[in-house]
Amino acid sequence: MIPELGHFALIVALALALCQGILPLVGAHRNDATLMSVARTAAQGQFVFVVISFACLTWSFLQSDFSVAYVANHSQLALPTPYKISAVWGAHEGSLLLWILIMSAWTVAVGRFSRNLPAEFAARVIGVLGLLSVGFLLFTLLTSNPFLRLEIIPPDGADLNPLLQDPGLAIHPPLLYVGYVGFSVAFSFAIAAMLTGNLDQKWAKWTRPWTTLAWLFLTIGIALGSWWAYYELGWGGWWFWDPVENASFMPWLMGTALIHSLAVTEKRGLFKSWTLLLAISAFSLSLLGTFLVRSGILVSVHAFATDPTRGYFILAFLGIVIIGALVLYAIRAPELDSSAGFKPVSRETFLLLNNILLVVAAAIVFYGTLMPLLYDVAGIGKISIGPPWFEFAMLLPMLPLAFLIGVGMHAAWRSQPQGVLARRLRVPALIAVVVGVALPGLVYGRSGILVSVGVVAAVWIMLSSMLEPWRSWRRERGAAAMPRSMLGMSIAHFGVGLFALGVTIVSAFNVETDQSMRTGGTVDVAGYSFELRELRNAEGPNFQAIEGRVEIRRDSELVGEVLPQKRQYLVQKNWMTEAGINAGWNRDLFIALGDQLGNDTWSVRVQYKPLIRFIWLGAFIMALGGAIAISDRRYRSGA
Amino acid sequence: MSKFLVPLLAFLLLVGLFVIGLTKDPSRIPSPLVGNPAPEYALPSLRDPDALVGSADFAGQIALVNIWATWCPGCRQEHGFLMELAAEKIVPIYGLNWRDNRPDALQWLQALGNPYVNSAFDVDGRVGIDWGAYGAPETFLVDSNGMVVHKHIAPLTREIWEQEFMPLIAELEAVQ
Amino acid sequence: MLAVGLAAAGIALATVFTLTAMKDSMMFFIPVSDVVAGEYPADRNFRVGGLVVDGSVNREPGSLEMSFRVTDLRCELPVRYTGVLPDLFREGQGVVAHGRIGSEGDFEADTILAKHDENYMAPEVAESLAEHVSEQTAGLAEGSGECTSP
Repeated sequence: MIPELGHFALIVALALALCQGILPLVGAHRNDATLMSVARTAAQGQFVFVVISFACLTWSFLQSDFSVAYVANHSQLALPTPYKISAVWGAHEGSLLLWILIMSAWTVAVGRFSRNLPAEFAARVIGVLGLLSVGFLLFTLLTSNPFLRLEIIPPDGADLNPLLQDPGLAIHPPLLYVGYVGFSVAFSFAIAAMLTGNLDQKWAKWTRPWTTLAWLFLTIGIALGSWWAYYELGWGGWWFWDPVENASFMPWLMGTALIHSLAVTEKRGLFKSWTLLLAISAFSLSLLGTFLVRSGILVSVHAFATDPTRGYFILAFLGIVIIGALVLYAIRAPELDSSAGFKPVSRETFLLLNNILLVVAAAIVFYGTLMPLLYDVAGIGKISIGPPWFEFAMLLPMLPLAFLIGVGMHAAWRSQPQGVLARRLRVPALIAVVVGVALPGLVYGRSGILVSVGVVAAVWIMLSSMLEPWRSWRRERGAAAMPRSMLGMSIAHFGVGLFALGVTIVSAFNVETDQSMRTGGTVDVAGYSFELRELRNAEGPNFQAIEGRVEIRRDSELVGEVLPQKRQYLVQKNWMTEAGINAGWNRDLFIALGDQLGNDTWSVRVQYKPLIRFIWLGAFIMALGGAIAISDRRYRSGA
Repeated sequence: MSKFLVPLLAFLLLVGLFVIGLTKDPSRIPSPLVGNPAPEYALPSLRDPDALVGSADFAGQIALVNIWATWCPGCRQEHGFLMELAAEKIVPIYGLNWRDNRPDALQWLQALGNPYVNSAFDVDGRVGIDWGAYGAPETFLVDSNGMVVHKHIAPLTREIWEQEFMPLIAELEAVQ
Repeated sequence: MLAVGLAAAGIALATVFTLTAMKDSMMFFIPVSDVVAGEYPADRNFRVGGLVVDGSVNREPGSLEMSFRVTDLRCELPVRYTGVLPDLFREGQGVVAHGRIGSEGDFEADTILAKHDENYMAPEVAESLAEHVSEQTAGLAEGSGECTSP
């Protein structure tokens, strides 16, 4: 009964989404207040039924109801309870349901916090969100129903893919989806503005907190994904330029550009058509990511089981949404160009450069991701594009961007008086150069041009972003406090600096070696000595493992003990590497078991990863900055 | 032409690329085996190492040949449906247990049910290669003249069965 | 005007750099039969893929050096590799290797990839296998199914 109830609730949700998608838009067109007022109620109703549906699926997992095909294929009796819950979104069908749940939660939130927006505008925003919901509900019900029953019930399930049995991966997709789906709010604001034909500075002010909120979740989601890949895929990389990773990175880059261009549109009423295009692009790229991941059109280690019917469905949906938006854009955007001007040296110019560089970065990722497909379709051959290309190509937009951040933050709107910037930024610049030149050699015993440039950029961003908060803090007595939005920006930029420092140092000074190791033997890496004390058997609820006990010493002083494992999951039978990681703020020591080479000899991969934690720490601080910016009083006041 | 049309045109180009890309889906590559005689084989039975089973068992009838293994999650995924199919008795299903080990495979059939008339034990995978298997599960439809009529890569589902296999079976039965 | 000129020059320079870098990290997939027939780029890395031949995996005891043969069901190519293998590497299963042909005619791999998921096989590998299955099984024209090396 429960699965049928879930299925039925989903159908009711579809009916409500249709009401939410059609009536308010018609109402706004005819200026009919009754029809417009349907928007919020329908959205709330849809949310309730989606929650019921989601709860039913979760219940089926908790009860191990293997008569449901989706449960039978992705769970197992011995699966620990937390993973039974995260298994709900562990594969295609359930993750779509999660996507829908998050989308309707966003819609309810928009409904609640848009009471001081013009009724017509709010009705259009919620209507557009309703139409998007219709698309996803149809997709789920027609091609990916998670509630389908099996006629013959298997006694046990096929288990969740062992790679997904991990806390990092349990929370990574929900956060990522909150980010992806969140851009649908900015998208809907853009469509509503184009339908109304009225895009003013207030529009930008309304859109900003929603965009920042989506962006900060996407940031955390991507960072968690990278962290998961680092310790769970087993081999210590933190970003692989895999199509699925790129699919999340492109909307992030566009969303970052959008946040900056919205600032200009709000403060100065400029870049209007450009901001609209970014709002459309950020969400379009989120949809495109979904398409790439779920259609099997690109090869990826993360991709869901593929099915061409689904591919065609998403492509059709994607086509309708994006073509519709772009046609509307082509009609309405020409009316929006504004006439206000700005001087070549001004905050506007820096934000424009920021936008250009971020869009170039997104274009590079896009090009690299789709190049193999283009070659294949054109019949030139089957190619793959490796990380070195991406890493190199990304330097082109990112290096100039890093240096511009520091100046741009301090530039004034309209026109920047000559000389002031140079005077104020002289000291941070000087410190950055000194640290950049000296630090790599002093701490890591080695230096190079690229490392120094990277460290200079990172230190420069960190210092210049803390300049204003520091000044404001020093003059605290009597001086007005810094607005939250400014503080948030400074903190987010500081996070960028930390991130840049982590990336630079770990790329330059990472030590990695594959060795053969026997019990009692040692491997020395970067001044640390790893000794394999013993190999033993270990057991988990649904796996058995061979576990190494490795002691790490530095100058014969014990640093820590790690327990790398080679696991075999009992149902799926495949082997999985669990790395042993000794984490510290300034370095990670990493050891993973490879293959058994002899009686008590194993191949191992040992790594020293300096400052790798700064990469994720930087991302979380960026997100924190976003959260502080949203809490600014300005966004809570009326229209 | 307005510059505001550029994004639209760029996107339309992209859609074109995707449509062509989707048609290149690898699981749709027509198998070269289709339309050709099914490769003959005789192997020890999974259940009884001394007995030989093989293509002679389904000579003269319409049959399914299903390549499976216990290490293959897709096989577990389709197993429920194979059980349903076996219960419906439309066509007999012959198993080819591929690159597996005997105790695991027997235990699997014990636990999940046995939809197969018999399973051949292809421990070194030679027969699988003859059949052009490059992964499991794969399912072949063979007609009464011993010709391969259809091949499906990836787990079999009710939907695929109704869409791809049933019409072919109806056709074959009509000819008979 | 000057700004536009500089920007254009910058973009041109960047494009040249990127394309050069691309040449090195853009790897073509070459079917095993083509490699055996000598049709491969000698001066850059490429990818090969196929099934790991049963019984071909050979490892020096206690050493990280290993070798195996990969087949596209028509030709076999010896591959040498030093290092840790991915979890899902096994005989009879699909594999993709990055590297180039060494002085002894072996494929010297610097990276070995096996799938993360049992269901997944790189489509190019699947395609190159599918091509040769026909020759093996369907008894096509004499000779076409044989591995020919120059």
